[in-house]
Amino acid sequence: MSQDTWNFLFIGLSFALYIGIAFKSRAASTKEYYIAGGGVSPFANGMATAADWMSAATFISMAGVLAVDGYDGSRYLMGWTGGFVLLTVLMVPFLRKFGKATVPDFIGDRYYSKAARLVAVICAIFICLTYIMGQMRGVGVVFSQLFNIGIPLGVLIGSSIVFLYAGLGGMKGITYTQVAQYCVMAFSYTIPAIFIAIAMTNNVIPQLGFIGEYTNSEPAVPFLVKLNQINADLGFSYYTSGSLSTIDMFCITAALMCGTAGLPHVIVRFFTVKNVKAVRTSACWTLSFIAVIYLTAPTIGAFARVNLIESLDGKNKEELPSWFAQFEETKQMVWEDKNGDGMVQYRGPEKIKAGEENELTFGKDIMVMANPHMAGLPQWVIALLMAGCIAAALSTAAGLLLVLSTSISHDLMKKVIKPELSDKEEIRWARGASLGALLVAAYFGINPPSAFVAKTVAFAFGLAASSFFPTLVMGIFSRRMNKEGAIAGMVAGITFTLGYIIYFQFMGGTKDQYLFGISPEGIGFLGMFVNFIVAAVVASLTPKPPEEIRELIERVRTPGTNS
Amino acid sequence: MMEETNTARGRYWQANLRCVSVLLSIWFFVSYGCGILLRDWLDANFPKIGTAPFGFWMAQQGAIISFVLILIAYAFWMKKLDTQFEVDEGEGR
Repeated sequence: MSQDTWNFLFIGLSFALYIGIAFKSRAASTKEYYIAGGGVSPFANGMATAADWMSAATFISMAGVLAVDGYDGSRYLMGWTGGFVLLTVLMVPFLRKFGKATVPDFIGDRYYSKAARLVAVICAIFICLTYIMGQMRGVGVVFSQLFNIGIPLGVLIGSSIVFLYAGLGGMKGITYTQVAQYCVMAFSYTIPAIFIAIAMTNNVIPQLGFIGEYTNSEPAVPFLVKLNQINADLGFSYYTSGSLSTIDMFCITAALMCGTAGLPHVIVRFFTVKNVKAVRTSACWTLSFIAVIYLTAPTIGAFARVNLIESLDGKNKEELPSWFAQFEETKQMVWEDKNGDGMVQYRGPEKIKAGEENELTFGKDIMVMANPHMAGLPQWVIALLMAGCIAAALSTAAGLLLVLSTSISHDLMKKVIKPELSDKEEIRWARGASLGALLVAAYFGINPPSAFVAKTVAFAFGLAASSFFPTLVMGIFSRRMNKEGAIAGMVAGITFTLGYIIYFQFMGGTKDQYLFGISPEGIGFLGMFVNFIVAAVVASLTPKPPEEIRELIERVRTPGTNS
Repeated sequence: MMEETNTARGRYWQANLRCVSVLLSIWFFVSYGCGILLRDWLDANFPKIGTAPFGFWMAQQGAIISFVLILIAYAFWMKKLDTQFEVDEGEGR
């Protein structure tokens, strides 16, 4: 069978599975639509949350980023997993106890104010929209490569599938499809890693090979020593040493962690389990499932880098492996023979400074996709990887779409504009809103505003870190915090963070103007403190929250009480 | 934070805060501590994990493993507190 046949087979099968599951478990009431009826098992919710969380970008690009950045890439590894510790011990058990369907619900009730709810809704919509654009783009890129169609058509196909099962099926529909999608992702991510670990380090477990010996040379050398040596020979800095300043590294990691803990589509997934105890168990499962992929990513990155350089650098046209031509054709790898010696030279900044030229350029995204080719793995593994990649994009897009549609139907229509809405009408609004949101996302997926999409990821995390995270934490842990403080804090945090990011990303701010040397990627961390401080000051100058709010906080804090 | 400690609920909350602060201290230490702030010192002075420098390994693998352990500890610790203070939800809703 040819590669195309395998791809069609795997992706077709996985789609049939997703749509079948979604059709069987489509939602009939708002409770099922928003929180899947509230009775999902902690284990299933753990898998679903893991799939929801890991986007196409994580799946495709993270290993590539690690391969290029080395130690610096740890900020993503720690940031995107450590956030779950914050999320679990500071927020979700209490929000689950509160027992409503959305994040703006909590903010609106806790801060007894429609204005606070409105600010929260706007944040939720903005965060989810910026995020979903990137997902749709990712789906489009994969489809266009697979089936040789244009990216616009790819985006449209992806959107219609997401609408079919997320828009119609609601939370109940997406929960069980996400479980299936997680399984596809985990298999397709780890299997190539295992094969390549055996080939390079003679070790079945990639994580052990990573800290073991590189066995392709005589005598065997420690793998990381080999990697550092390769990097240094070509003029890159050591793989195990970073180039970011400590404070920047610290702030970016912190912003990613707090941002993770403030992302509405992750928080709402925990509303689907039975009770507070189930939330805690579910969080353990979630992070374990995520760790399977996150512990594998650095090994894939490191192995792929060695493999890539060993098989390309210093080779002439005849010696180049056959997969190189494939990637050259799609322009994902470009070789220009600048010095005309007929051989590939891949060089880093140090050597370029010394007058040598770099002839090889490739996208960071390529590592995961090229890995099975480089390791000479069978065609079905590559097809599985394609299916995994699409699963990653679809599962995240579906989760985001759900938050978008409930924000509009529940928080905006039902709670602010038209309180007399019936259950049936509310679902209709939700479905309509998801269609609308998807159209907007598809439009931006087809016409990305230049490099805007990549930059907006910093927005999404910065915004979540400086708006939702502090406001939710204070709402639970402080009884004194009132609506004036919360609103002032959110507005101040967002304004500060947005202003900083816009100034440096779009208005040509330069690196030496950075506040304390913190890049826009990490500014959400400072924005969070701005939020905390402004909120505390304003709250101390304005009246205490009413008595029933103190009751509400008491109730949220203790699991087994219904009073 | 000023909370009353004389009611059962108040004591439960105090115990919860203690649990959270202990676990978050560990969380901070393994990630920001070992992975970022003390990394260079740990790389130089600590035994290697396999063939990987200690701080580097913490940042790429160790911190993530610790996070999972922290969450498992949290689930067990809080379960114990729930039983102790009789705020357990039981099996039903």
